[in-house]
Amino acid sequence: MPRLVSHPDEVKVVSKRFGQGAANIDKYIELGGYEAIRTCLAQGPDWVIEEMKASNLRGRGGAGFPTGMKWSFVPKQSAKPKYVLINGDESEPGTCKDHLIFLHDPHSVIEGTIIAGLAIGSKIGFIYLRGEYRYLLEIMEKAVADAYAKGFLGKNIFGTDTEFQIITQSGAGAYEVGEESALMESLEGKRGVPRIKPPFPAVVGLYGGPTVINNAETIATVPHVINMGGAAFATIGSPRNGGTRLFGISGHVERPGVYELPMGYNLKKMIYEVAGGVRGGRTLKAVVPGGSSTPVLLPEEIENLGMDFDQVGKAGSMLGSGGVVVIDDQTCIVEFALRTISFYQHESCGWCIPCREGTDWLKKSLTRFHAGFGTAKDIDNIRYLAENMMGRTFCPLGDAAAMPTLGFVKKFRKEFEDHLDGKPCPFAKHTEMAVV
Amino acid sequence: MSAETMSIFSPKVSARFDALVEKYPVRRSALVPMLLYAQDEIGYLSDAVIAEVAHRIGITELDVRNVATYYSMLRFKPAGKYNVQVCTNISCMLRGAYDVFEKFQDELGIGHKGVTPDGVFSLEEVECIGACCWAPAIQVNYDFHDDLTTDSVPGILAQYRQKSEGQNNA
Repeated sequence: MPRLVSHPDEVKVVSKRFGQGAANIDKYIELGGYEAIRTCLAQGPDWVIEEMKASNLRGRGGAGFPTGMKWSFVPKQSAKPKYVLINGDESEPGTCKDHLIFLHDPHSVIEGTIIAGLAIGSKIGFIYLRGEYRYLLEIMEKAVADAYAKGFLGKNIFGTDTEFQIITQSGAGAYEVGEESALMESLEGKRGVPRIKPPFPAVVGLYGGPTVINNAETIATVPHVINMGGAAFATIGSPRNGGTRLFGISGHVERPGVYELPMGYNLKKMIYEVAGGVRGGRTLKAVVPGGSSTPVLLPEEIENLGMDFDQVGKAGSMLGSGGVVVIDDQTCIVEFALRTISFYQHESCGWCIPCREGTDWLKKSLTRFHAGFGTAKDIDNIRYLAENMMGRTFCPLGDAAAMPTLGFVKKFRKEFEDHLDGKPCPFAKHTEMAVV
Repeated sequence: MSAETMSIFSPKVSARFDALVEKYPVRRSALVPMLLYAQDEIGYLSDAVIAEVAHRIGITELDVRNVATYYSMLRFKPAGKYNVQVCTNISCMLRGAYDVFEKFQDELGIGHKGVTPDGVFSLEEVECIGACCWAPAIQVNYDFHDDLTTDSVPGILAQYRQKSEGQNNA
């Protein structure tokens, strides 16, 4: 069972029911669950969208798109059925927040999905979980069945004439399916190969119908936004970044875990106070701020860095999925870069040539480089390869592989040079890295 | 010839598949989960599995294979009864996942994608399994084991070995 952590600086909104048995529907109701949807049914779709806009809630999957605005893009009239699709394919290395939501608060996902459906005028919602999360899918399936039994889902939800159905779905192992168009392909029973945009999912999505796709954390946040009011939710975070976020802090820290902190919380404080500092009293070398696809930051870059979409963007990286990976001074960055690119090489679907070839050559170059057979020219070649992948693929997987690579090469060029001329890696091999 | 009467799956799984194809607005949406559940029962996607799934969905076997090869959890060869999947991605790597992976290799005497001669265990190095804050983490079939050290490895294997023997004796 994943360990829950706590820190006094946390503001528990999304995680407030964690560890309280809220997977049980009666417990969820006792803790204030299914109140938000009743409010929404009484107030109507336009009110819901206005509240969402006022909340400044931005997509927690990584792109940070304002949720209220996303919902408002769906056409009111549509010849084809409209759909809500919840992305629980959580696969970005460094990210395990949705894991806890499905485990501890599955009904918040259901309630948020119904609210999204009401807002856009959809009658069917899908909740897609990655295949590895089988035990969490079973928890979600039980929660959905319980919600049907109570009349919260079905033809006449909460005794109204509104209909809403939820269908759960399992993936079968694919990082790329976390990208929204690939997710729709997978749900349609196909290879998870991305679609070209436009058209955007809000116009032509799942089964060709208008579709809203939200991350599981985003949707679990929705009922809280409604309960506290959009404006009140917005005041918790920083400008244009409403509310809190589940930050997953992993790697070389004393107390790794998922902590719920206000948007804009200082990254240095997050590492040194919330997560207890670098493990074993070692020195901080680098931080990957938002999952493996986000460019690495140096210790001097995080001094005054507030963790919201805009501030991290301004610092040259991205808030991404909120997965903070902390790296100590005993770590070889070339090896870390190699492990990162190996992942993207494994996950590239091969549809777009810059990504398929780029990830493969980056992996080959970095493997050779780390083994001590690199040449000075390789460093610029690695950069050149990565630069030429940027923006040249259907889905962001190519960018996700290129961006961190560029960061490592630019910020740690010296470390790459230290591997030159057949010199062995200046760091202990990986098997000794974790010894404290 | 209906798939229902000729099914290679148990009555329980067969009934589940009958319901699964009706669950979605489009029948084909059942394909990916059906392949995974089929694998859970049969152990891998054998030719017979592919044929029956194709029949149930109403698409060609080639189409089924085309989809199945995309997903990393789906396999075309048998794995061990307990498939040990060791995550070595960044968060796990930083906390000693390669030590853990090596320990599993030593204990089981097999490498990546290997199966023990008795068929009880197989071993795989896998990508991120979504347990980064409890790293290093592994999955044995669908069960998570987290906050591991090399010292945890023999105990985990003993647990499953015992489970396997218990089932054989039952």
